[in-house]
Amino acid sequence: MTDLLVAAISLSAVFLFGCVGEIITEKGGNLNLGIPGIMCMGAAGGCWCVSLYMNNFNANPVGVLLILFSIFGAVVFAMFAGLIYSFLTTTLKCNQNITGLATTIFGTGFTQFFMTNFADVSHYDAASKIIAAKLSFAEDLGWFGKVFLNYGVLTYIAIAIAICTALFLNRTKHGLHLRAVGENPATADATGINVSLYKYGAILIGSGVAGLGGFFYIMDYIGGSWENAATIEAFGWLSVALVIFTLWRPLFSILGSIIFAMFYIFAFKITGISQVGTKAIELLPYIITIIVLIFTSIFGKKNVQPPASLGLNYFREDR
Amino acid sequence: MAEIKVAREPLFHIVKRPNIPVWKKLLYYAIAIVAALIISAVFCAISSDVGDFGDFFKYLFEGVIGTEMRIWLFFREGMLLLGVALALLPAFKMKFWNLGANGQVVISCLVSYAVMFYFGKEGGSSNATVIVIMIVASISASILWAVIPAIFKAFFNTNETLFTLMMNYIAEGLVLLMIKVWAPSGSGSLDPIPDFGLIDIGNVYLLTITVVAIISVFSYFYLNKSKHGYELSVVGESVNTAKYAGMNVKKIVIRTMVLSGAICGIIGLLLTGNINHSVHSTMHGNMGFTAIIATWLAQFNPLTTIGTCFLITFISRGMNFVKIKFHFYDTSIVNVVIGFTYFFIIACSFFISYKLIFKKKEKKAMPTDFMVDGSQAETVAEKPATKTKSNKKGVKNND
Repeated sequence: MTDLLVAAISLSAVFLFGCVGEIITEKGGNLNLGIPGIMCMGAAGGCWCVSLYMNNFNANPVGVLLILFSIFGAVVFAMFAGLIYSFLTTTLKCNQNITGLATTIFGTGFTQFFMTNFADVSHYDAASKIIAAKLSFAEDLGWFGKVFLNYGVLTYIAIAIAICTALFLNRTKHGLHLRAVGENPATADATGINVSLYKYGAILIGSGVAGLGGFFYIMDYIGGSWENAATIEAFGWLSVALVIFTLWRPLFSILGSIIFAMFYIFAFKITGISQVGTKAIELLPYIITIIVLIFTSIFGKKNVQPPASLGLNYFREDR
Repeated sequence: MAEIKVAREPLFHIVKRPNIPVWKKLLYYAIAIVAALIISAVFCAISSDVGDFGDFFKYLFEGVIGTEMRIWLFFREGMLLLGVALALLPAFKMKFWNLGANGQVVISCLVSYAVMFYFGKEGGSSNATVIVIMIVASISASILWAVIPAIFKAFFNTNETLFTLMMNYIAEGLVLLMIKVWAPSGSGSLDPIPDFGLIDIGNVYLLTITVVAIISVFSYFYLNKSKHGYELSVVGESVNTAKYAGMNVKKIVIRTMVLSGAICGIIGLLLTGNINHSVHSTMHGNMGFTAIIATWLAQFNPLTTIGTCFLITFISRGMNFVKIKFHFYDTSIVNVVIGFTYFFIIACSFFISYKLIFKKKEKKAMPTDFMVDGSQAETVAEKPATKTKSNKKGVKNND
């Protein structure tokens, strides 16, 4: 059981980054279906920076610099995709669903293209060992160390970001303004809040956070292999679903992402069942998501509803 | 003299266009597409060692209309995409975001293959029996896939966007599962069953083209000329209006999704029963997502959808040829170019529904205005109240 929990937590950051990124975006009233593509872009940006760094400092890489530089790359690439999305939806007021889907199509395509043509994967193994490095004494501390201290630095960054987001949204003036923009942009505008600025900010920061999810998956969870990159798209969609599961609350999403991760790895952790059985268990996360969707819609109370203007663009002169 | 202080006006402001002539609309779209293709051409020419800017356009057209077979393939692929788009149209007109066309197509493919496998290959039934069972079973499966989210949407207002999306993954997962059942030791792909399936008419392309053509005509009349079509567009505009007009919204939502699923089912049936005689988890070719964008670009008009579907098919088929000629190793470049095109067309839609009004130069006009105001102030000095109203903000009158 401990093993399952540890395995789940070590995957959960993928969902957590994606989910918190989407929560920030949705709180500003934008349903960003581009998150899967943006997560791929983050993976591409981060991995590219890893290639750049490792090719130049292969002999003696400094861990902190490598991590900072690659995180920077992941965030910049993801924000670039987010910028396209936010320009189209906020400034040009285009349909959010359509723009999001286009962003996903572009992001996944661009990532695959970019990585096959420009990235040098030769040092990814070594880089991944640095990025996913765990505390050496964690295993010696019994179950506590195993469950809580046994992960790479990105997992803790993910949890920290989730906590900071919760504090930001619920305890700060700007968080309140952002929520106001998501609930009723016209009212927010009337009180003097710059709606476009908040929307841009939320989408860009949300994209940056989500991008780290893709980067984490490649460099930490998978261990530097680029073979399974297509999976990131599926993780992206699950992250978007996780937002509903966690009722738009970043703190819930820490727990929610662990639960989702547990469903996901269940199939690989159970031994002694047939291949057909494995394939059946792999369907679980999607079925569970649907059940959760149904439950939240049937039993959802007023205070767990999505932001009121989610998915709608704001045009000041509309009546 | 008091100084006139005017707040800095933005360079332009945005207003909604009441309507736009068709030629202007087409011109805007054409500009967007050409711009996207030029950027794609530059991008490809830079990334590739062998091709240059001019080659891009040459191969783009050659890939679509280079040989007779390519033209046929272009038409068949365009028609398949059109079929999926027509399945989505009624749902979208109703503001039901059906992102599950991929799953609805694939589940129909899966059931078609299952019928060919169990009744044809293993059961030894005649092809006629197989065809009848296949048509009924595959379309029913697809309807089921579409109607489950619709029921929950109708009764509990469950988020259909994510529900249908998850149904995609379940359908794809079921295909992977059944492949393990049918070919336990195989490499993850199934052998085609060429002996069973729908019968070709004329050549191998015409059946698909004909069936989708019939669906298009049906859709046009259904959406524009029938009571059902009218009702679903009212639900799309405003659920409350529909309720007050005495419409049964739940019934309309479910009925429309049955239709949507049925058309997706027909596409899946064609894909497995006629074209491939096999099934794999990505047999939908992501048409479900592509069709969403195609219908939206066409602003949910069945006739315009024909144009957008063939445009997207043109670019994707052309790009597949460019990809080979430019020595790109995988298909991702196709998605990059299609992504570029989408962004440009989406951005272009802004200029169709809104227009920018630039600030007029009025600095020179200001002093004369003030003079007129000032002279009036002397002549009608008895009514200061009305005068201050007519004056510009911040201008003191009685100095």
